[in-house]
Amino acid sequence: MIYREAGDFKTSYRDDGQTFPIRLDRWSYYAALAVAFLVVPFFIDSYWANAVLVPFLIYAIAAIGLNILTGYAGQVSLGTGGFMAVGAYAVYKLMTAFPGVPIFVHILLAGLITAVVGMLFGLPSLRIKGFYLAVATLAAQFFLVWLFNKVPWFYNYSASGQITAPERTFLGWAVTGPATSASAKYLTCLVFAVALAWVARNLTRGTVGRKWMAIRDMDIAAEIIGVNPLSAKLSAFAVSSFFVGIAGALLFAVYLGAAEASEAFGINKSFLVLFMVIIGGLGSIFGSFAGAAFLVLLPVFLKNVLVARLGWPTDLAAHLELMIVGALIIFFLIVEPHGLARLWRLTKEKLRLWPFPH
Amino acid sequence: MEFLYASEVLVNGLMAGVMYALVALGFVLIYKASGVFNYAQGVMALFAAMTLVGIMEGRVPFAHLINALFGVHVSHFGWTVPAFFGIALTALIMVGLAIAVEKLVLKHLVGQEPIILFMATIGLAWFLEGLGDVMWGADVKVLDVGLPQGISDGIEAATNDWLGYGFFIDRLDIWATVIAAALVAGLVGFSQYTKQGRAMRAVADDHQAALSVGISLRFIWIMVWSIAGFVALVAGIMWGTKSGVQFSLSLIALKALPVLMLGGFTSIPGAIVGGLIIGMGEKLFEYFIGPMVGGATENWFAYVLALLFLVFRPQGLFGERIIERV
Repeated sequence: MIYREAGDFKTSYRDDGQTFPIRLDRWSYYAALAVAFLVVPFFIDSYWANAVLVPFLIYAIAAIGLNILTGYAGQVSLGTGGFMAVGAYAVYKLMTAFPGVPIFVHILLAGLITAVVGMLFGLPSLRIKGFYLAVATLAAQFFLVWLFNKVPWFYNYSASGQITAPERTFLGWAVTGPATSASAKYLTCLVFAVALAWVARNLTRGTVGRKWMAIRDMDIAAEIIGVNPLSAKLSAFAVSSFFVGIAGALLFAVYLGAAEASEAFGINKSFLVLFMVIIGGLGSIFGSFAGAAFLVLLPVFLKNVLVARLGWPTDLAAHLELMIVGALIIFFLIVEPHGLARLWRLTKEKLRLWPFPH
Repeated sequence: MEFLYASEVLVNGLMAGVMYALVALGFVLIYKASGVFNYAQGVMALFAAMTLVGIMEGRVPFAHLINALFGVHVSHFGWTVPAFFGIALTALIMVGLAIAVEKLVLKHLVGQEPIILFMATIGLAWFLEGLGDVMWGADVKVLDVGLPQGISDGIEAATNDWLGYGFFIDRLDIWATVIAAALVAGLVGFSQYTKQGRAMRAVADDHQAALSVGISLRFIWIMVWSIAGFVALVAGIMWGTKSGVQFSLSLIALKALPVLMLGGFTSIPGAIVGGLIIGMGEKLFEYFIGPMVGGATENWFAYVLALLFLVFRPQGLFGERIIERV
């Protein structure tokens, strides 16, 4: 039998605690990674990269970041767009100030800067809870975007108020700038997405993750059994903002190439990432990927059907898309409030027993 | 002179605050009665205003969609509807919307976590925004239901005589204040002195206890959403007359959020006082500090004020005391 644990004997704790306990799961995960790294870059064209794969990977990183904060630590945030803007502007300032340093270092540094900003805005979470906190994070969203629009130092006094990514290379390949090939963009984002997903998975199943989940389930009880709420909440804000900052840096430097704070990182970005997390499933790394894939693919699919197939005007299609996404979100929440990750878990349960019902 | 100008800013801020309070009121009503944090309140105001304009101008609903589907060119029926009938019809449509929301969304989400309900209302907001655009088109519309507009000459002349400096105050703002006050008085009267109002307060107090004494939860929900729809309609008329019916109208919902935080999610007086504080505060801040930091501080001032305030009083000014037990 294929999808079975039976006969797969674990002889150490290490084996027992692994992420993919079923052999088929494990091998298909390795196969998917191999295809993503070794096959896709050779076949990818700029349409697939720009419309589907690169935004999918970038939003998946952002969704993992928000999932750490909201799904694991239970702190709802509507400031994701603002924190992505911090990542983007940080990487821009670093790229233009230190052209000699490799871009990967800049992106990681941008993530660290965002983590510091995120901790700062996370401080009120020690006093404020629930919806009050969600609305309070909107302060971060609006204040940060306003700051990047109003202080010319952030966009290097450019006349248009935009930031534009200069060309930077890595091992002779252009990674940012207009000359970047589709496969270079894709590979850059893929490396970050895989590495960060690995980090997130291992953080959330270790001590830190358990502390976050204890705080999420009941913060007072967690405090009584010895979880320090200050360090748990602030570390959740820091790690989450680190991920979101890297997503923002990639979105600006690799994907968009040029950005303007209120347009690229507005409140709608925050909601989009939150939708990804909810539709994918709160508290699940796989769910973050699934939610990002769903909400990146849906508009592309709708546009193809409505505009290309049926020949409807673009503005009408855009409005219908808004309606359909809204209705689908409600539908998903009614049918499966725990998201795509729960559906996937149920499928796996069924597969293990198949063809027997119990 | 400086002081007089600042006080003119202050008065205008208070009037803007009334408008914020109007939107915040709809939030509080729904939150109290059904525990739903209704993000769609702002979009409901936009949708109501769009529908009102569409009905008054005799536009064909879904004209754009019909044209795309059947290849025809329809846009207007060719009649115009008087403002009073338009408002009555729109109010009816908002009641229909309330029933649809209850039947299609809320009924299925009873007992879910608050965050799930909140997300559902964000989905609802997107849906309504798209629906409004598909039904009536996305162009900026002019709304005129006969409310007086423009600078009030009487007040300018009177203040000029008294103080030697004429206050510029929009007549629409004065009307908005009067109407908002009437609306609040009406709502308070309704919830205090009628049977349905009492039932509404009972539901707000305790769902299960209300159910056990024979109050229909579903009827109360439909009623509350209808009232919120009506409040949204009033807010939509005011904001639509002031700045045209367009997408940015739905963003006033975001402005109402800090008002709520300041006043407390569960308090009607809180919504009013919070609205006044925010309206006044952001205008004065923009006037005194704005020029130093490059202006447009109105975008974030309300949030930062509410954030700082909450750090010291986590339940807002008039909110219920938060008691936590393990």
